[in-house]
Amino acid sequence: MTAITVNDLPETEDSDIRETAPAAKRHITQSEVAELPTTASAPSSATESAAALRAFFGAILPPIFGLFLLISVWHLATLGGGSIPSPAKTWKAATVLFADPFYSNGPNDQGIGWNILSSLQRVAIGFGFAALVGIPAGFLLGRFTLLASIVNPLISLLRPVSPLAWLPIGLLVFKRADPAATWTIFICSIWPMIMNTAQGVQRVPQDYLNVARVLNLSEWKIVTKILFPSVLPYMLTGIRLSIGTAWLVIVAAEMLTGGVGIGFWVWDEWNNLKVEHIIIAIFVIGIVGLLLEQMLILLAKRLHTEG
Amino acid sequence: MRNEDRYVSVENAGMSFDIGKSGKKGKFIALRDINLHIHQGEFVTLIGHSGCGKSTLLNLIAGLTMPTAGVLICAGREIPGPGPERAVVFQNHSLLPWLTCFENVYLAVERVFSKTELKVELKARTQRVLELVGLAHAMHKYPGEVSGGMKQRVGIARALAMEPKVLLMDEPFGALDALTRARLQDELMTICAATHATVVMVTHDVDEAVLLSDRIVMMTNGPEATIGEILSVDLPRPRARLSLAHDPKYMDYRSAVIEFLYAKQQHPLAA
Repeated sequence: MTAITVNDLPETEDSDIRETAPAAKRHITQSEVAELPTTASAPSSATESAAALRAFFGAILPPIFGLFLLISVWHLATLGGGSIPSPAKTWKAATVLFADPFYSNGPNDQGIGWNILSSLQRVAIGFGFAALVGIPAGFLLGRFTLLASIVNPLISLLRPVSPLAWLPIGLLVFKRADPAATWTIFICSIWPMIMNTAQGVQRVPQDYLNVARVLNLSEWKIVTKILFPSVLPYMLTGIRLSIGTAWLVIVAAEMLTGGVGIGFWVWDEWNNLKVEHIIIAIFVIGIVGLLLEQMLILLAKRLHTEG
Repeated sequence: MRNEDRYVSVENAGMSFDIGKSGKKGKFIALRDINLHIHQGEFVTLIGHSGCGKSTLLNLIAGLTMPTAGVLICAGREIPGPGPERAVVFQNHSLLPWLTCFENVYLAVERVFSKTELKVELKARTQRVLELVGLAHAMHKYPGEVSGGMKQRVGIARALAMEPKVLLMDEPFGALDALTRARLQDELMTICAATHATVVMVTHDVDEAVLLSDRIVMMTNGPEATIGEILSVDLPRPRARLSLAHDPKYMDYRSAVIEFLYAKQQHPLAA
């Protein structure tokens, strides 16, 4: 026990000096220091945890303040009454709403949980098909210049078109609303996926391609061992952009097609004039979008450190 | 002449690049009139100031670029393009970062020998060549986890594993510190003695050239670079770095190369 104390003493002295700094403190005698409590390492670990705490609050406090600011402005704006519900009223509605998110009274009256899930399902299906088509297409466009010069003008022409403009075509082809909504997701997700993948393929380092040439690798090996791993980060960027757009578009598409889904729910609540539900939906849509994005960033980081 | 004496043959080779912008037409001549014959089992270094086209010449032998004039022949056949029989050790090692050291070498082994050998044999072969370069302990690490010297060894192992007819090395030790470089040079000499490899190496290090080479090909400054002189290094093998340092013949060879580089072919920036 004493041995530990003696070993830790110089450190304690140092940290004390660094903390308070006056020159007089340097003349602390050994006996004075020895009278300090035996848990000599406590002060240094305390400063460490204080620093960690500071860093934690430094990261967490500003966003909380931002949220507080938003709610304050919202509160002040709704003080005089009017059609926009106050934060308190919205909160009360939310507690009721989220008390039973998974009820189901037929196709037109379901809990908010079901609505979110069916929107996510549409995004997943549309997005999945887009990945299935877009990533291989991107590889082909990146690898074969002639194909790229044929297809790129078409992509430039179609990409700026709002995916909702494709909704009627979807309705016409699929005859039902649900696949038509999925179809718009497919259309809006496919462009970033194709373009980022193609760009990634074009930016594969020449060194790696020279290795492939010297080893005389087969096209299959080139794709699996060289192209795919080096394109993966670009592909993930494409996927992240796609899922962001897809989540934006699904709300609009569902407003038009109806059925079960968060977009339709917003429109339904507007018809019911439950404005506080619309505000809740705005928050929910934002939070889900944020989570989707963070999930993909996390995935990209994982893959990056492994590679 | 016997075939072994002209194992790799460069005949009147030239290399020029179009630099003509729209309207104007221009050609940048990097290499002209290159004639070089390399014996089987010979160690040849290409030395010259930067920009003299020594890497361009190496890339021509590798088949990574095709000459705009002349022909290159390896083992009696015109070089059609890159291939595993002329393995390249790249300057910046060029290992695939998502494969382990073992997998990087295995990729090459699999390509060359999978038609004639079983998977077990391929793995044993990979392991053997990694042991040869002294990397048995680190072969399941990723390139990002090992030192620069070790990465370069994997690069050498990958090239050796293909049992190439010719081993082409583009400043393989250029990025390494002096001590690591010396150790790898010694190892390379041992490996070449054991495998009787034919080697063409690009270098800008005079000592490296004299220590390793049977012949040193000294190149004039570019543009329009060509072979200035060829120096035969007649030092007995195995060569020991320490005793050579005081060998008068070694000193003569060394001064001959320095004479060429710094008196006859001043560095373009210094001139």
